[in-house]
Amino acid sequence: MTAVPDSNFAMALMRPRSLNPTKMLGRIFVYGCLVVLAALFLAPLASMVMTSLKSMDEIRSGTLLSVPQAPTIEAWASVWSSACISIACGGLKGYFGNSFLIAVPATLISVGLGALNGYVFSTRRFQGDNILFGLILFGCFIPFQIVLIPMAGLLGMLGLAGTIPGLVLVHVVYGVCFTTMFFRNYFVTVPAEIFKAARVDGAGFWAIFFRILLPISWPIVMVSIIWQFTGVWNDFLFGVSFAAGSNQPVTVAVNNLVNTSTGTKAYNEDMAAAMIAALPTIVIYVAAGRYFLRGLMAGAVKG
Amino acid sequence: MTLSKRIQAALPAFVLSPSLAAIAICVYGFIAYTALLSFTGSKMFAKFDFVGLRQYERLFDNPRWITAVENMAIFGGLYVVVATCLGLYIAVLIDQKIRLEGVFRAIFLYPMALSFVVTGVIWQWLLNPGLGLEHMVRSLGWQSFTFQWLVEPDWAIYTIVIAGVWQVTGFVMALFLAGLRGVDTEILRAARVDGAPVHKVYTRIVIPALRPVFLTAFVIEAHLAIKSYDLVVALTKGGPGVSTELPSTFMYSMTFTRNELGVGAASATVMLTSLAAIIVPYLYSELRDDRRA
Amino acid sequence: MANLGISHVTKSFGSLAVLKDIKISIEDGEFLVLVGPSGCGKSTLLSIIAGLEEHTSGTITIDGRPVDGLEPKERDIAMVFQSYALYPAMTVEQNIGFSLEMSKMPKAERVERVGKVADLLQISHLLKRRPGQLSGGQRQRVAMGRALVREPKIFLFDEPLSNLDAKLRVEMRTEIKRLHQRLGATIVYVTHDQIEAMTMATRIAVMKDGVLQQFGTPENIYDRPANVFVATFMGSPPMNLLPATVVDGASGPRLSLKGTDVTLPLPSSVTARLAPGSDVLLGLRPEWLSLAMEGASANPTLTLHVDVIEPTGPDVFVALRAGEREIMARLPTGTPICPGEKRAFALDLSKAVVFDAATGVAH
Repeated sequence: MTAVPDSNFAMALMRPRSLNPTKMLGRIFVYGCLVVLAALFLAPLASMVMTSLKSMDEIRSGTLLSVPQAPTIEAWASVWSSACISIACGGLKGYFGNSFLIAVPATLISVGLGALNGYVFSTRRFQGDNILFGLILFGCFIPFQIVLIPMAGLLGMLGLAGTIPGLVLVHVVYGVCFTTMFFRNYFVTVPAEIFKAARVDGAGFWAIFFRILLPISWPIVMVSIIWQFTGVWNDFLFGVSFAAGSNQPVTVAVNNLVNTSTGTKAYNEDMAAAMIAALPTIVIYVAAGRYFLRGLMAGAVKG
Repeated sequence: MTLSKRIQAALPAFVLSPSLAAIAICVYGFIAYTALLSFTGSKMFAKFDFVGLRQYERLFDNPRWITAVENMAIFGGLYVVVATCLGLYIAVLIDQKIRLEGVFRAIFLYPMALSFVVTGVIWQWLLNPGLGLEHMVRSLGWQSFTFQWLVEPDWAIYTIVIAGVWQVTGFVMALFLAGLRGVDTEILRAARVDGAPVHKVYTRIVIPALRPVFLTAFVIEAHLAIKSYDLVVALTKGGPGVSTELPSTFMYSMTFTRNELGVGAASATVMLTSLAAIIVPYLYSELRDDRRA
Repeated sequence: MANLGISHVTKSFGSLAVLKDIKISIEDGEFLVLVGPSGCGKSTLLSIIAGLEEHTSGTITIDGRPVDGLEPKERDIAMVFQSYALYPAMTVEQNIGFSLEMSKMPKAERVERVGKVADLLQISHLLKRRPGQLSGGQRQRVAMGRALVREPKIFLFDEPLSNLDAKLRVEMRTEIKRLHQRLGATIVYVTHDQIEAMTMATRIAVMKDGVLQQFGTPENIYDRPANVFVATFMGSPPMNLLPATVVDGASGPRLSLKGTDVTLPLPSSVTARLAPGSDVLLGLRPEWLSLAMEGASANPTLTLHVDVIEPTGPDVFVALRAGEREIMARLPTGTPICPGEKRAFALDLSKAVVFDAATGVAH
């Protein structure tokens, strides 16, 4: 099942293989528009990659989209290991690691909890279950500004202010809303008779979950993992609010590098830094694009 | 009941309770806390000396907040309209049984995988007045071309629209494409038999059938727009001056750099209320449909 | 193997009663079919027997032991579901063996039991496949295997054949009946198909709107329906119901068919004393009508207009008309008859049933 099925619509409109001149023009128009639009959408990425491979001299002499004449990875090397961010001059590599230290546990915990919550919500009917689920759903959509002040206080009380575990906690709490929704909406599509059969066969709460449900849930597990990982990796607001100094995630570090540097702007370094921050999510997008898309679509509440 | 049966019966509640407790405290408790704080005179630290609506009066007397709200209207309005139209247009193009459909889809969607910070940094480079777009167009021969939006207070907000639209359009396209593929082909065959030309089929039959998708797209876009924070920080830092201030950036600077907790809380409460006005009816209708199904 | 007792079982959701005072009991080795239109409560009753749903009041006993409040696994039952409900991620072997695994049976014994059942159902070659790779009929067999392997006291079947195509359905029907004869198992089987009920059951319980209409052997249900609902629900084409009035005759009460000047003797099945003037319905199965031969039979005759003829192969269904009323007859193929004719039909009243016109209950 993909979120976007193959075109049946166009097939219904198109007569087979009868391209008269008007139709030819139509096809040229369609492809023309698509190619131009695709070029516009790709240009920023192309410019980012090429600029990151240029020296500042070449940037000044060339243009946004000119191909680097003498490609160099100097900018990459510099932002990775030696560029000065705030007061420390160790490059992005530490922050890049921080992002993994935040995203991996936050993803695993919130997906695990979401799977269990979704299981309970989809199999047990109880008084007010739909209202409760609605309240959880609403938690997906709140502007996080509303929780910043008390959350800072709570993290302080727990002794987690400014730390990586503190950020993991924050991401788990607000990520669970989404993962619960994903799993619940997936599990309600499992026929009720399967659960009945399992009960007759003597399977209890955990046996049904681990032996019967989880083995058929890998698509939604993938979707949830990708959604959570991308979301946490790309987060800026929580990172900038709750992580201090060397505990900051890479997005915050990139912003600091780009927007607080003194002197002339080193665009090649800016682009290299942006590339480094973007690479993990781009890799995920390329490797598992369909799950990424399904997550986006499921995030529109309905799967 | 035996003990083991009781444990079995309590398991679901036991499993659900940590998440529910966390959400109760960290979503609803915190919302209540912030809302409460907005009625106090808190400055650097939270203190519960209630001052009624004073912070809200101060908020709406603050020209910076007015700028933020106006910018929100410009940015939010354009963002929603442009992304919806462009996304629908691309979806219709892609639905014309084209070759390499997967490649095109992937190209339009990839910006959604990037963080707003990365998007902001990229567009800061592309639109920079020295070596960016202006420089490129001039070097192509159009010497008088000027493009200085990023540094012009009246225009900077539009750079945020451009970057935001670039990022979200692919997603809107995917929503519409899924909607288009869900249109009943029988109806389309019937329209063809009736002799309707292709563009009429779209404007008269297909697009009206996509009404639910328009609603979903609107809710998603509006929600992203109201929450936008990182994009502005990375692209313009709210500047030049405060010309690209949004409610989200306003709230952050009031709370964390200006030591005006009360005003910050008031602005956050206004943000939540406006978002809830969009989200709650949407969730309500979705969940009700869900139950009926 | 065990007997099953259902006594005074009620189930209600708030004020809505879905099962009303159900009383059924069957002996060890019987094949009970619960039949009725959708929404009659038959599946709910099965779920209650299984322990998947709780009843509001009453008692269920299995093998003489009350099982109310026990979990399904504690009742020693097995169930076959309408959609088969096979576990998608498990192989056929794992599916069949799952209940044994849950009851912590040692692996060697499990493998042996699964193997035996697979042989019995001729699905040994499918053991390593997953449900997604099986045809509908094969899935059905696996679902049965999953029930058989537990050697339970009672088997429960919830419309197990309704997802199969017509040909396979008849085959599986025979196969389930064969299994029943061979194993001597106690079975409770839910269906909405009256032919399935008639062909498989040793006992039938006909239900409607949560009320047990009649409980008896198939012959009993077919020949002596307790009320108009049972009479028309069981049998296809359904029993003809002719409105009549009781009149006095020389040798006791007779039935005067409404809209005609024909009077018929009261069928021998009627034991109650019917007061003259009371309105009744005369129930006649289509096969109790035959073409009247000249002076051949002592049976009363009725002259009817032949409307439509529907050949089915072995029989012809003939739609007849008496005034406004339609009457179906089932005649042997080859009976010389044409649409448009008026013919005399002999009525075999020996089995005819008489119902009270107001209450629908058999006299």
